[in-house]
Amino acid sequence: MKAAPFEYSRPADLDEACALLAADDGARVIAGGQTLVPMMAMRLARPTRLVDINRIADLSYIREDCDGVAIGAVTPQCIAERDALIARKLPLLARAIPFIGHAATRARGTVGGSLAHADPAAELALVSVTLDATLSYRVVGTSTDVAARDFFIGPMVTSLPDGACLTAVRFPVWSGTTGVGFHEVNARRSDFAFASAAAQVELDASGKAKRIAIGIGAASDFPIRLATAEQQLTGTALEPAKVSEAVRAALADIETLDDLHASADYRRRAAASLAASAIADAKTDSQGRNAHAH
Amino acid sequence: MRIKLSVNGETHELDVEPRTTLLDALRDHLRLTGAHAGCEHGVCGACTVLFDGVAVRSCLMFAPQAEGTAITTIEGVTPGPGELSPVQDAFCETHGMQCGYCTPAMILAAHSLLAGNPNPTREDIVEAISGNICRCTGYAQIIEAIALAAERMRGDNRPLDRTP
Repeated sequence: MKAAPFEYSRPADLDEACALLAADDGARVIAGGQTLVPMMAMRLARPTRLVDINRIADLSYIREDCDGVAIGAVTPQCIAERDALIARKLPLLARAIPFIGHAATRARGTVGGSLAHADPAAELALVSVTLDATLSYRVVGTSTDVAARDFFIGPMVTSLPDGACLTAVRFPVWSGTTGVGFHEVNARRSDFAFASAAAQVELDASGKAKRIAIGIGAASDFPIRLATAEQQLTGTALEPAKVSEAVRAALADIETLDDLHASADYRRRAAASLAASAIADAKTDSQGRNAHAH
Repeated sequence: MRIKLSVNGETHELDVEPRTTLLDALRDHLRLTGAHAGCEHGVCGACTVLFDGVAVRSCLMFAPQAEGTAITTIEGVTPGPGELSPVQDAFCETHGMQCGYCTPAMILAAHSLLAGNPNPTREDIVEAISGNICRCTGYAQIIEAIALAAERMRGDNRPLDRTP
């Protein structure tokens, strides 16, 4: 379990990082390295050069940004986990982060690193798709934004062009009183999920869903939204039977992953069940926050 | 490439290949063999060290990435020669080890937990060591050891105050 040889660079700023990436086709960005280093140890990745962006201070921040919250790419997951702004404005993200790896990997793993690697089971990828986040990246001299739904295109595959460095992710903040739910199933605590589900709900004064977002991770090549279920459930009181029916129907046509850990059929059933639980939690959570607000 | 590593309060200058993991730099270059090489891809947790006081996996980091950070290995947690840290002491007392392979990492994970949370619940302890695999003990005595260390480190074992 030793990585193949490579060159190592630690650029002082983003421009230098982009120049290094542009100069070498085999160069790869490393931030916390919690996904990339094991891939290199197993020789699934053999970069010729690692461009270490972890110490570029401009890329480490959590701040309000218009009507959202922006997080710099190299912000450690453990910092985001304990951040008061995230807890207040992005409760779904706050709920999901403790599910990422273990405390020791969250101490080094970064928000941007997890997104850029696009593991199908990555919790951050799932939350970014569920909340319609926008990712920003830079290629020498140009910065570009891409919607999370267009960013993840396959298992460990993104639409990030060659030589690009992910710089930030921006999550929109919902205006009303929202509730959240997050569930996943795995073989061991904090191991890779077989299926995961995230839900965020905004209830109106009568307790009906004014707005709902439902995301499924780990079950398919990349995180997805259950758009048809979201449409069917908007305006309803999220009665359990109706929720179960809607998520099951929405998942029926999804092509789920099949491997020695979990069959495609199991993943579809687990995803439906986890989604129903996440929505139920989100509803209860929203009611609690509403009661608290009055 | 030449790098400087600050380990257990001492700065060392090393000549390493960039692909040398922090774990291999500690074991092979500095002869600090308390950090154990288990799976070498971030699953078993046996290579845990403290990075500015926080538990991290030394196999998931290349040595050049660790420059400029205060690294603590199991060799660095003892208060003095021949002495044990309260966590090490508690592991001995509760038989928190059998073969000992996972033990340095478990102790460092416990140090990391107790530095930020002097009064952990059982759930907090379980969460803190959830990334460290032990194939002997069944974890029960390890959890007991960390709870005992926490209790002692809070000062709960001072003699009873009999002042009226």
